[in-house]
Amino acid sequence: MKEILDKIQAKYNLQDIAIQDNNQAYVTVGKDLAIDMVTYMRDYEGFSHFVMMSCVDWIEDGKLQLLYLLNSPEKKCDIGIKVFIERNKPTMQSCHHLWKQIWTYQRELREAFGIDFPGSPRVEENFVLEGWTEMPHMLRDFDTNKYAEETYFPREGRKTYDPATYMREKLYPKQPVTAKKNKDDE
Amino acid sequence: MSELDINDKVSEMLNKSEHNVAAAECFEKTFVRPEDEEREVIAPDGSIIKVNPIYDYFSGKKPTEEKPCRGVIEKFLNWARAESIWVLGFGTGCGSIEIPPLMTPRFDAFRFGLQMRPTPRQSNAFIISGYLSVKTLKRVIRSYEQMPSPKYILALGSCTINGGMYYDSYSTINRLDKYLPVDVYIAGCMPRPEALLAGFMKLKELIKAGKAEKANEYARNFDEYKANQKKIIKDWNMPDYNW
Amino acid sequence: MSKIFDLKPDRSKYPSMGADGKLDIDLTSQKYVKMWLGPNHPGVTGNMAVELTLAGDEIVEAKTHVGYLHRGFEKLIERRLFVQGFPTSIRMCVAEPDTNEYLIARSTEVLSGYDKDVPEMAQWLRMLSLEMARLQGLLRGVPGQAGTFSLGIGVQWGVYLRDLILDRFEELTGARVYHMYIIPGGVRGLLPNGFKKRMEDNLRDIDDFIIRIRQLMFHNSIFKKRSVGVSVIPKDWIDQYGIVGTNARASGVKRDVRKDNPYLHYDQLDFDPPTATEGDIYARSWVRWQELIQTVDLIRQIMAKMPEKGDIKAEMPNVLHWKIPKGETYTKLESGRGEYGMYYVTDGSSKPRRVNLRGPSYTHAIAVLEKLLVGTNIADVHATMVSLQTCPPEIER
Repeated sequence: MKEILDKIQAKYNLQDIAIQDNNQAYVTVGKDLAIDMVTYMRDYEGFSHFVMMSCVDWIEDGKLQLLYLLNSPEKKCDIGIKVFIERNKPTMQSCHHLWKQIWTYQRELREAFGIDFPGSPRVEENFVLEGWTEMPHMLRDFDTNKYAEETYFPREGRKTYDPATYMREKLYPKQPVTAKKNKDDE
Repeated sequence: MSELDINDKVSEMLNKSEHNVAAAECFEKTFVRPEDEEREVIAPDGSIIKVNPIYDYFSGKKPTEEKPCRGVIEKFLNWARAESIWVLGFGTGCGSIEIPPLMTPRFDAFRFGLQMRPTPRQSNAFIISGYLSVKTLKRVIRSYEQMPSPKYILALGSCTINGGMYYDSYSTINRLDKYLPVDVYIAGCMPRPEALLAGFMKLKELIKAGKAEKANEYARNFDEYKANQKKIIKDWNMPDYNW
Repeated sequence: MSKIFDLKPDRSKYPSMGADGKLDIDLTSQKYVKMWLGPNHPGVTGNMAVELTLAGDEIVEAKTHVGYLHRGFEKLIERRLFVQGFPTSIRMCVAEPDTNEYLIARSTEVLSGYDKDVPEMAQWLRMLSLEMARLQGLLRGVPGQAGTFSLGIGVQWGVYLRDLILDRFEELTGARVYHMYIIPGGVRGLLPNGFKKRMEDNLRDIDDFIIRIRQLMFHNSIFKKRSVGVSVIPKDWIDQYGIVGTNARASGVKRDVRKDNPYLHYDQLDFDPPTATEGDIYARSWVRWQELIQTVDLIRQIMAKMPEKGDIKAEMPNVLHWKIPKGETYTKLESGRGEYGMYYVTDGSSKPRRVNLRGPSYTHAIAVLEKLLVGTNIADVHATMVSLQTCPPEIER
């Protein structure tokens, strides 16, 4: 694993190489060299099995991160190639000519995150939702609780106890609650 | 259009007599597939006929209530209905993993008169097994309205009562009885097959006492149910009553 | 005379490939019928629809429609704490729920650094529960192939025996279908007294069933006539389409996550994944039947090699206030259908950032099925779908 990455580090300008001990590695590549690298790994290094294509929304940096996971059946290791693209009207070059199941992943990502893959077959068809007119549903600023309360009749007659605050009051009733530092700390 | 406008328009359309041609004004053209549009075709004998695939095979009428017969005849009919409930075999959610154990020799449901039928025209009861996503709700409404009266719905699981663990999901409904009338609720996640059999026993008691009348309630409050359904199903390309 | 009995179909308006790769089918020419093998169908595995375009009895184009079971799991798990994500994530794959539990438990352990602390006994118990889950999935799936040819008696036997295994699950974990047994740090409980003896009685019944299923299915001339040579997957499609699991092994490519990247203690067990070469429906059923025999053998080996007593759970921090540092990982295991993996991303807060499940049916049910159905009859659609073991909940989560 390390030898392969050392060989191509200069060629593709890899950043953030992270090798985990269960035969996995994650590298970051620039957007214009990404498909080139995926093709190179498939043809010359033996990573012939395409596992999945996924996307993570880093809203605080204003970027979307695409991930291509490849697997090599002979060397028995995985490599994850990460690409950062901008969040406002995202597009990416399509790679449906490399493997025959990629058009399904691209169709799902277009519906879920709004990423456009020009040239991919049947990419504008709906995947899981019918008659959906809101924003793409997997982005971080889509509030699914608010949408569910407005559209479907919300459940009534229940109080919810947030388990973290309930246990804190029960176990440490005398300590004052410190101010919340980041908004994920709820 | 706001919600009140849609309600008014739906009631106004359905109060017109016979064929509800006016429904064509109300659904959006963008969700109709090209093979469902109204067009002219050449028949095999050379003549030109007009074809409207969405409305042609449906009656265009509103549902009506069925009045029960008098006295002993109705008791006999109720006994016959209760002892042979034919269930539509449509597994709508994750509760349908407990339906094959119900039908196999361990918790045999055939001795109670239950059978699975593939088509709604031959079935009596509908088991809604769990949550319903909006896409499936449209197909369930179509299947339910094609069943002949008297018909019963059993709602399985806690997702039909108030949304269950998917209460904040953008794609599942929370309360089933705002969209379809429910006779018996069976709680649990998953309910065991014995719980399902207990639910069927309760349904039989209700039928024999003459109280399983939710299909008539659907016909009475048809406008409300239909307005609720149309509020969430945005690409409505079916007739209003699919009988 | 020969004109009356000239029964060849009219192929004069057969569709041709257009410039953008789409077939050029003219629906107004009255040669084609569009039929939906929709969600309400007794032969579909789950809630999935296939939109077929037919010329006579022959399928010319097929499109798969999924989304009837979409609940938005990945969005829901982002809103829950790590431990609240457990009951939510089990329902992602309804047929074998323990695989989801193991993936989430392993991902949180690896990312928070506790993966070396899981005790021995817990690892063996995890293996036992995963193999039992595979057994109950196979007991429904192997005779299910005969069920598509209307030979329903195998399904009745198989589901009855599966209920006995679910009784064992109920003793061990407390529930029949959704167990919540494998948690971060270990498992939730030890084996009850007398469990091994009752399990051995059930396995003896299953041995009996295996012999009878062989007589019922594989020595049956109708089964052979309808399955030999039908829906063949050639060997070069395996890498082009990303086919995994039994479907790949039945075409000659031997890949198994338990052998290639061993997890838990699978390197201490003695087994060899079965393969076949033809790649048609008969070969896939044969390979699954061999796997049923192998799973029974594996459960016997696990119960023999398991230690007598030990800890079942490591010391974990308070799960309500647990924060995992920033990281990402991909965990995979071999479920009854193929390689099943989960990509997990955390960002240092108390909730996960992104959870993405990769089920084997994602490629089997959409890309492979649409390619395999072209040129077959309507009667072969169900046989093909069940032989690929497509499970719709894991496609649209």
